[in-house]
Amino acid sequence: MKRALIIALATLCLGTQLLAQDTADPAPDTDLGPMQQVLQENAELIVESSRRTIGPAIDAVANSELEAASFVLETWAAREMYQRTSDGLFFAAEETGDDIFTLTDFDSGDVVGESPDDDLEQIKPNSGIRGLIGTALVSFQLNDPDPEKREDAISSLERRANADLLAPLRASIEPETDPALRARKIRTERLLTIAYDPDEAARIAAIEEMSGDLGVDVRATLNPLVATTIRAYPDGVPDDVNVAYTLRPGSDELPRMDAYAMTDGPAIVSPDDIRAALQANIDGGSVGGIPVAQLSDPARREAAYAALAEAGTVPPRPTEADIDAALDATTFAAIYAEPSAAVTAAAEDALSAIDTNVGFNQMLDLGLDALSLASIYFLAAIGLAITFGVMGVINMAHGEFIMMGAYTGYVVQQVIPNHTTSIIVAIPLAFAVTFAAGVALERLVIRWLYNRPLETLLATFGISIALQQLAKNIFGTQARPLTSPDWLGGAVVLNDVVSISTVRIAIFVLALIFLGVFLFIMKRTRLGLETRAVTQNPGMAGAMGINPGRVNMLTFGLGSGIAGIAGVAIGLYAQVTSEIGQAYIVQSFMTVVVGGVGNIWGTLLGAGLIGTLHKGIEWFNPSNTLAAQTYMIIFIIIFIQFRPRGIIALKGRAAGD
Amino acid sequence: MQRSFLMKNPSIMVFLAVLALFTIVVTIGSEAFGAGFVSTSFVKTLGKTLCLALVAVAMDLVWGYAGILSLGHFAFFGLGGYMIGMWLMYERTKEIVAASMAEAPIPPTPQEIVDGIGTQIFGVVGSAEFPVIWAFADSLFLQLVLVVAVPGLLALIFGWLAFRSRVTGVYLSILTQAMTLALSLYLFQNDSGLRGNNGLSGLQNLPGLDDISQDFVSMWFFWGSALALALGYVFAAWIVSGKFGSVLRGIRDNEARVRFLGYSVEGYKLFLFTVTAMIAGVAGALYYPQAGIINPAEIAPIASIYLAVWVAIGGRGRLYGAVIGAVFVSLVSTFFTGGQAPDIDLGFYRIQWVDWWTILLGLSFVLVTLFAPQGMGGLFDLITGRRHPERHGADLGPDKGSLQEEEAER
Repeated sequence: MKRALIIALATLCLGTQLLAQDTADPAPDTDLGPMQQVLQENAELIVESSRRTIGPAIDAVANSELEAASFVLETWAAREMYQRTSDGLFFAAEETGDDIFTLTDFDSGDVVGESPDDDLEQIKPNSGIRGLIGTALVSFQLNDPDPEKREDAISSLERRANADLLAPLRASIEPETDPALRARKIRTERLLTIAYDPDEAARIAAIEEMSGDLGVDVRATLNPLVATTIRAYPDGVPDDVNVAYTLRPGSDELPRMDAYAMTDGPAIVSPDDIRAALQANIDGGSVGGIPVAQLSDPARREAAYAALAEAGTVPPRPTEADIDAALDATTFAAIYAEPSAAVTAAAEDALSAIDTNVGFNQMLDLGLDALSLASIYFLAAIGLAITFGVMGVINMAHGEFIMMGAYTGYVVQQVIPNHTTSIIVAIPLAFAVTFAAGVALERLVIRWLYNRPLETLLATFGISIALQQLAKNIFGTQARPLTSPDWLGGAVVLNDVVSISTVRIAIFVLALIFLGVFLFIMKRTRLGLETRAVTQNPGMAGAMGINPGRVNMLTFGLGSGIAGIAGVAIGLYAQVTSEIGQAYIVQSFMTVVVGGVGNIWGTLLGAGLIGTLHKGIEWFNPSNTLAAQTYMIIFIIIFIQFRPRGIIALKGRAAGD
Repeated sequence: MQRSFLMKNPSIMVFLAVLALFTIVVTIGSEAFGAGFVSTSFVKTLGKTLCLALVAVAMDLVWGYAGILSLGHFAFFGLGGYMIGMWLMYERTKEIVAASMAEAPIPPTPQEIVDGIGTQIFGVVGSAEFPVIWAFADSLFLQLVLVVAVPGLLALIFGWLAFRSRVTGVYLSILTQAMTLALSLYLFQNDSGLRGNNGLSGLQNLPGLDDISQDFVSMWFFWGSALALALGYVFAAWIVSGKFGSVLRGIRDNEARVRFLGYSVEGYKLFLFTVTAMIAGVAGALYYPQAGIINPAEIAPIASIYLAVWVAIGGRGRLYGAVIGAVFVSLVSTFFTGGQAPDIDLGFYRIQWVDWWTILLGLSFVLVTLFAPQGMGGLFDLITGRRHPERHGADLGPDKGSLQEEEAER
């Protein structure tokens, strides 16, 4: 009420001023700046502040070609525009004192005075209006001297654009000096051309230009162009619609009943509806002359319904023949929303080119994923391969060594808050801890069981459940975070399809390092020589002066130590729980079994095969990782049929049996 | 005239007598038929323990006698449970659905009843359709056949693949473990048709017997379990007592030598593997109606490893050892993990058995493996005076049973 009064007053003032000037010149009071005039002309709309009606007001400001326009729009959108109640003028106001606002004139940009709170009415645009103002602002911001504002403008264009912005965007490309922004502007211009340019040839040219581009934005622009809806045409498809293809009812895309529902025949009555209709029309123990007790038979129900339909109490059902006739008489077609056939054809071509390209890149992405998974399996399995290959011992507690490594990393992080330092400390420490645990396990348990491999399996299983429960007792059952340092936090993005997280690259590098270290130890050191000798023939090695017990101990320690480091690596991207080792143990076994024991290259190949297989199966059925694991294991069981000793099997005497 | 089977194996008679005595004592003590000092829930625990003993006997057959450390027998056990669970759940749900639909003014069509059952059973996994594998769920007889047929068929296919390619020893263990993992992961999926990780539930209610209290039902299952254990035990003893058993032990001790003697090692192994899988299926079919619920977690590889642990603690290569191991370890586990064991206050730390029992079990298992490869069953050797001849080194256990440690190293 108050507001209306103000407006009325303001209009009156203007009116009187106008009346006062009896010259022919209709220009309003020259005291007012040009922008203030524009605002006053639209004062009513501005104050009303309704999304439906505000359009002309924003346009008036934006198209005023005044320098102050962007200032007004920004102030307006920021809710800093106020109307002075006493004379209806608009100002940018800022609260500088207790209920005192400093007013800035839009035209001059000067501070024109102060005003108490009471005399000012804030203009409060809602989010819808702010969106409109933002769009209007874009054309100003595109040429703003501040690169940040230009970037904001482009971002806003990429999110929300309309046909009107195409022209200002095009105009702003030429003066753009920043090469990155210029490239973005050109790209956005192409996309807007596809969507909004009235010239068909220009659109097609733009579509062809963007064909094969991997950006999600391109697909987001093209997909609406090729979106279709299925329509039913009783009299054939008219010429003025853009038909994608015609359909026959009864296909997967258009089931028969759905197709029938689109025609204007009598509605189909579902069995549920029949039951409801019968239920509603029970008349003295029978429906349509059929006793209720007989209605457990579907045929009797239909007969009862037919009787009701004949009596007119329920709507009739179409017979199968009716449905067929109705379907035959109707043409079903998928119709593009986009009317121009040339544009849709070009868009379809572009999308199929994009799909090919995306598919290719997805294969690349999948390859990278498989590689990173393979390196994880390799890290987890390499220690197992050493102990299994050299000593013929299955260490079921291997997974728990991985867990110990991960928890070591967690504990170190509690002590050393700097993530980079803590990881650098944690890796050797995890190695030390699990090396010691491995040596202890070998000395205390496994040493006594070298002739009983199956019982080693069970004894180490006992150790495994004991260690798991111990970890649960110490650290609790909830997952503990092992935070990676910031420089490992990101991802390397090649394009919108291919990206790989830095942690996974780091794990890949770690796996490579361990491959190198392991090869060096085995081929270039005394320990490696002795280990190989013991692998081939423990008795003969002993005769040559090698102490097999010591070699076994050190080998087992080495294998366990690597498991500890794998634990830190795995902990970086998975949650650390007492069951973390269990998640990897079976895959590690598989890796070793598939790869073949006693050969590092076998383990590498095994890890590669299992990683690729896992990701490959996941790709066929991405929604279901459980199924992927199931099929992978089945595949491995079948694989073992053909190479029972793994990909690389030891030959000759070294093979054991 | 040869001595009869039972005369040659007096331990069978002893075992059957002990089992019979046990059954009678429990019956007398039950709430249904006697004094009531054995609670119904404890009767169920005992009945379940008997089923575990049966699957342990099957495990002992493959591991203790044929040297195949299978880590898949609990999967067969679970499959048997699933098969009977399907019938129990289907019929039970049918009763409920039919009762609720009977109140409607119009009698339901058969299709509506089936749809109603489907919605009831598969609602939790967002489906109402009956998967193909439920095709026989309305027939008790067919499902009972499936109880032995499904685990048997799986074991037959898997065993054929594995034994044919001469996968032995540790490799075979890992492969069976992989099979178990694959099966449990498959069942964990919602679209596996067996309700994903919800599993089958409400199995303790027998269809059509609503008015009979669980006191009686639990006793029936207890008797059934005892009978199954007795039959299974005698069957297993019969298998291992004759020439067949000798070949099995020969395979365990030196597979190549038996093969060179002209025996079809793979055939023997495959037969035993399949038969024990069927026994495991029967045990599971008796176990899960007493447990009331089955879900894929029951099938996880760790359960099969625990089964091996029971048999090892009880003593491999002797059937009563397997029974003792399963009964002892599972009952003691129930005691400790059920919170009945008193906490031990060390002053600075309070040992709660729920937390520490697994550690104790794991370590004692290591100790048994190291110091008592014969398991608890070995204690009976001391009583019966059946001493081994003094040979060199420690006993190697069943996988290289004919040799002692120092002989093997030569």
